[in-house]
Amino acid sequence: MSTAERSVAAAMGAALDVERVRRDFPALHQEVRGRPLVYLDNAATAHKPQVVLETIQRYYAMDYSNVHRGVHWLSERATEAYEAAREKVRAFINAPDRREIVFVRGTTEAINLVAASYGGSVLKPGDEVLITEMEHHSNIVPWQLVCERTGAVLRVAPIDDDGNLVLEAFERLCGERTRIVAVTHLSNALGTLNPVRRLVEIAHAHGARVVVDGAQAAPRLPVDVQALGCDFYAFSGHKLYGPTGIGVLWARRELLEAMPPYQGGGEMIRQVTFEGSTWAPPPARFEAGTPHIVGAIGLGAAIDYLQGIGLEAIARHEHALLEYATEALAEVPGLRIVGNARERAGLVSFVFDDIHPHDVGTILDHEGVAVRAGHHCAMPVMQRYCVPATARASFALYNTREEIDALVAGLHKVRSMFGR
Amino acid sequence: MSDLRDLYQEVIFDHNRRPRNFGRLEGATHKAEGFNPLCGDQLTLYLRVGEDGRIEEVAFEGKGCAISTASASLLTEAVKGKTLEEAERLFRGFHGMIMDEPAAEPVELGKLEVLAGVKEFPTRVKCATLAWHTLHAAIEGKDQVSTE
Repeated sequence: MSTAERSVAAAMGAALDVERVRRDFPALHQEVRGRPLVYLDNAATAHKPQVVLETIQRYYAMDYSNVHRGVHWLSERATEAYEAAREKVRAFINAPDRREIVFVRGTTEAINLVAASYGGSVLKPGDEVLITEMEHHSNIVPWQLVCERTGAVLRVAPIDDDGNLVLEAFERLCGERTRIVAVTHLSNALGTLNPVRRLVEIAHAHGARVVVDGAQAAPRLPVDVQALGCDFYAFSGHKLYGPTGIGVLWARRELLEAMPPYQGGGEMIRQVTFEGSTWAPPPARFEAGTPHIVGAIGLGAAIDYLQGIGLEAIARHEHALLEYATEALAEVPGLRIVGNARERAGLVSFVFDDIHPHDVGTILDHEGVAVRAGHHCAMPVMQRYCVPATARASFALYNTREEIDALVAGLHKVRSMFGR
Repeated sequence: MSDLRDLYQEVIFDHNRRPRNFGRLEGATHKAEGFNPLCGDQLTLYLRVGEDGRIEEVAFEGKGCAISTASASLLTEAVKGKTLEEAERLFRGFHGMIMDEPAAEPVELGKLEVLAGVKEFPTRVKCATLAWHTLHAAIEGKDQVSTE
């Protein structure tokens, strides 16, 4: 760091020591096809710090047992650790109450739970669910399914050419029939950061409840569900440097209390007879069966790790990378960034002359650079911008400017291979 | 380590830049749409089979990567003038080459062998086989096929 850079970093508050952070991630220190791995596919999933790996190993090795069942010592320890993870999640998103945290498999299951249970019980024929044009398939399809079942109508708020949500249109579409608004906090395909607080105000003015897909935002920005004002917030563990197969649904307690179960089984009941059963209070009501105990505990370890670094510092680090990458990519001839919203974070999507993103991805892979190429589970976004697919570089707390330089060098190689 | 040049041979760049038999074919006797949901690639393949049972015209249109476009283009050259049975035999031979599971009967693949390098790139196999699965579907009278 130069003196000037150091003073800028100091002015911005505690900077993230990326070299130190990188030492915490064993996966980063490997070669791919004879070159150092440059991992820029973090929006798909993020690597795990050593402390998460050790926590998982330790719990399976020593503290493992089923939760909320045994009267024995190991079960007590496992239950304590599992519930402690719930408390860590609560604090992480500043939820008012630990009982509002439901462990699920991931963002997708969280949204399906809300759609099936909440949507399934409140939606009536002619009611409306409002989403946006930039949603991931997992924030489209569950709503289509529940609309089909209930006779409700799915409405889609458009985005503009830069990838901003068109606020006036959103406001127009949000009306007296709108029961649910489901919106991404941060778009995985465009990097657009949505004005969630404003959207919540509009939705609440019409009596609609707001579901936020936080899969991309939770690892990248400080999230405060009370400040956002939303009613449901969903995110995944594996994008948050934690294990796969674990995720979180946060919902206001009064909503959870009124919602019917999503799945039936052990753990979610109060009493079972053949004549009928009664349900446990939340969150147990929504955690049928043996949960992903170690997943939750591993996620707790990932949250501890992130809070040790500070979400503010992570957000600043990624923002600096995004600005650097945006400038560097703009100078690559023939490259066009898809998604230039006013507020962006974490990732940059692009197309490259008429070279298909899959070819770009394969050639970059041979340079050791991992990016995502495809439709990013957001086919309507691809259709909106008339591209079959994009390439996407997405950043994490452990990425460096040198890695973006490697991406740019790789893109020049793509150009020369294709004779451009 | 697989070499990138084994995948991206000059012939492939050439067919990607100037795909042969590209466009719609009027009066097609067989037609199918191929779709790769993984990447959104999509193509339509048309055949016109003459009275002598031979493929007298073949064309394709659609959007895809260099591998899928070149593969479709090479396919059209390879099957023109063949009977449907001969085209199916080429399909089996090509599929066997890409999957590294040679077909029971040896098949002369000729120029199609430029795509042999794809077998070293598992993530790209579906790009190379999309057009061929679409051909197979068209011959079987199905109008849609997906590589998933």
